[in-house]
Amino acid sequence: MPELMYREALNQALAEEMERDANVYLIGEEVGRYNGAFKVSQGLLDKFGSARIIDAPIAELGFTGLSVGAAMVGLRPVVEMMTWNFAILAMDQIVNNAAKLRHMSGGQLRCPIVFRGPGGAGGRLSSQHSQALEANYAHFPGLKVIAPATPADAKGMLKAAIRDDNPVVMFEGERLYAIKGEVPEGEHVVPLGKADVKREGTDVTIITWSRMYYFCMQAAEELAKEGISVEVLDLRTLRPLDEEAILASVRKTNRAVIVEEGWVLAGVGASVVDIIQSKAFDDLDAPVERVTGLDVNMSYAANLENATQPDAPKIIAAVKKVLYREGA
Amino acid sequence: MASPYSKELLLDMYRKMYLIRRFEERAGQQYTLGKIAGFCHLYIGQEAVAVGPAEALRPDDYMLSAYRDHGQPLARGSDAGMVMAELMGRGTGYSKGKGGSMHIFDIEHHFYGGYGIVGGQIPLAAGMAFASRYRNEDRVTLCYFGDAAANQGSFHETLNMASKWKLPVIYICENNRYGMGTAISRTSAVPEIYKRASAYDMRGEPVDGMDVLTMYEAVKDAAEYCRAGKGPVLLEANTYRFRGHSMADPATYRTKQEVEAERKGDPIPKLRAYIQKQGLAQDDVFESIEEEIKARVDQAVKFADESPEPSLDELWRDTIVEEGEEDVRPRERVLGQKVNWPKYPSGQELKVTWDLEPREQAEAADKKAGLIR
Repeated sequence: MPELMYREALNQALAEEMERDANVYLIGEEVGRYNGAFKVSQGLLDKFGSARIIDAPIAELGFTGLSVGAAMVGLRPVVEMMTWNFAILAMDQIVNNAAKLRHMSGGQLRCPIVFRGPGGAGGRLSSQHSQALEANYAHFPGLKVIAPATPADAKGMLKAAIRDDNPVVMFEGERLYAIKGEVPEGEHVVPLGKADVKREGTDVTIITWSRMYYFCMQAAEELAKEGISVEVLDLRTLRPLDEEAILASVRKTNRAVIVEEGWVLAGVGASVVDIIQSKAFDDLDAPVERVTGLDVNMSYAANLENATQPDAPKIIAAVKKVLYREGA
Repeated sequence: MASPYSKELLLDMYRKMYLIRRFEERAGQQYTLGKIAGFCHLYIGQEAVAVGPAEALRPDDYMLSAYRDHGQPLARGSDAGMVMAELMGRGTGYSKGKGGSMHIFDIEHHFYGGYGIVGGQIPLAAGMAFASRYRNEDRVTLCYFGDAAANQGSFHETLNMASKWKLPVIYICENNRYGMGTAISRTSAVPEIYKRASAYDMRGEPVDGMDVLTMYEAVKDAAEYCRAGKGPVLLEANTYRFRGHSMADPATYRTKQEVEAERKGDPIPKLRAYIQKQGLAQDDVFESIEEEIKARVDQAVKFADESPEPSLDELWRDTIVEEGEEDVRPRERVLGQKVNWPKYPSGQELKVTWDLEPREQAEAADKKAGLIR
């Protein structure tokens, strides 16, 4: 299997789906002649021309709304957000229009559209450029929300998202784009709404998604050296949540730690805890722990930035806590 | 001088304007009876702005509006009973009672909705026009919005793209002079909305929104311009609502004298006077039209009133499209009538020939600038 970077996997998914379906177009800032702010759309303008790879003005609300309108009448737009921080300006169109069209029209309309771009901390960019905003979108009925961690999932889930008849919000990551992994060639479609056990274990389940996955895997490796067997469940899709997979893993290990880059209050992890406590309470041997970004705005200074985010040592500490091995 | 308009067209316009007037009067009445709840924005006074354009467009042209949205679909041929049922929150409404007064959608008649966030529909319309260009169709999109929406970012962001990409979209600003209770002149540096088109190198014109024939001519001309690929058009229809912003608004921010003076410009008697002056129809014809419409609206109210609320199962439908799920066709669902439904070319059939920025043009510009690609 070829090894690709996350950004190359996304590029492959876009190219394949655009080849397959002329209704698919890509719009966003710098996607065309610049070849993408993060090079996800490298080479696509040459291949598909300027009507399908569209350099948009810096007007997030405008080009997002325009694409929602195009989706209402049969096109399948992919809207690239240079980052999800900027897309806050477009949130009205995603939430008030895309997510509600089917409902407001009583089932007359559908809105097959993908909104995608990097979320989370990019690295030394301070507070306006370093937000993990997926919990905001996971809140809204009418949307699907995905956050793949690996290049293979990035490709397979973007393909599934483009084929989906609903609006899909996709969180990538500036620090994920250069990560390499094996990616199946051609028709590789990963169904939305399905979590994936990325590492099997028996003592504790770590539930995570997106970039935090890599810290979780690192923590699991470290803990294995101490004889602790960690299962890592990558949610991949945040709306709808794969309840079955969450419960199956927790029922097996009886302990859970949830790791999320975003803030603690009303995070996706809070909903995961809710599912566990209401449906698997009797299976738990310890209260569920959450590791989240600190409840502060992100700073520029390297030490402050690092301290704000979850990392392997924080995850290891949380795992030990649910195993009652604190200070061990 | 003989009228350039056929008797048939003129009477059709009269019928539609009278239908909207009567429908809205009865809607207001049903609101006071407590049968319609929430916000209910009546169109009374603005009928010419819906009817002229509806007659000037092709039936397959796209149209969408803001939340003052009962008039436009009625002008396009929507079923009055099903619109009224939607207002009353009944299962037989166009959106099964899920949308209410602010969200009328009738896709069969290419009416793509009423939207409740001020200015939120403006970019959607550009996108629908974009899709027409993308598929090489000669369809135009007409989008209504209120005067206050012209101060939203969505308006400016969209006009810029629509003009740059020469999208076939007609924007009609229904300037009824008040954004809810605030006069547009109090909140706008340039209260003449049409002038704003010039900032985007786009055609913009004021139109007498109290005259259905002027509206008809303006949109006919604008549609031709759009279809010829010349770009978008902004029309400012100067109009007036005879009632408050919504049924909940007593409209104390306007003087009695102002409202009375504006009522003298009522577009319905104006058209009637024109037709009579042309000798195309006399009182008996209008009386019979009015009787016919009154009966039709009575029937609509009765239909709505006798319709059941939506079933509770409906709560779990129409949020997410399940795989293989078809779209709901309201008149088929409610009245059992077979309807035409929009079809789009598949991804294999579609050939995109449009070029937003032709390659040769881009390369020539780069060369001129001394850039090497």
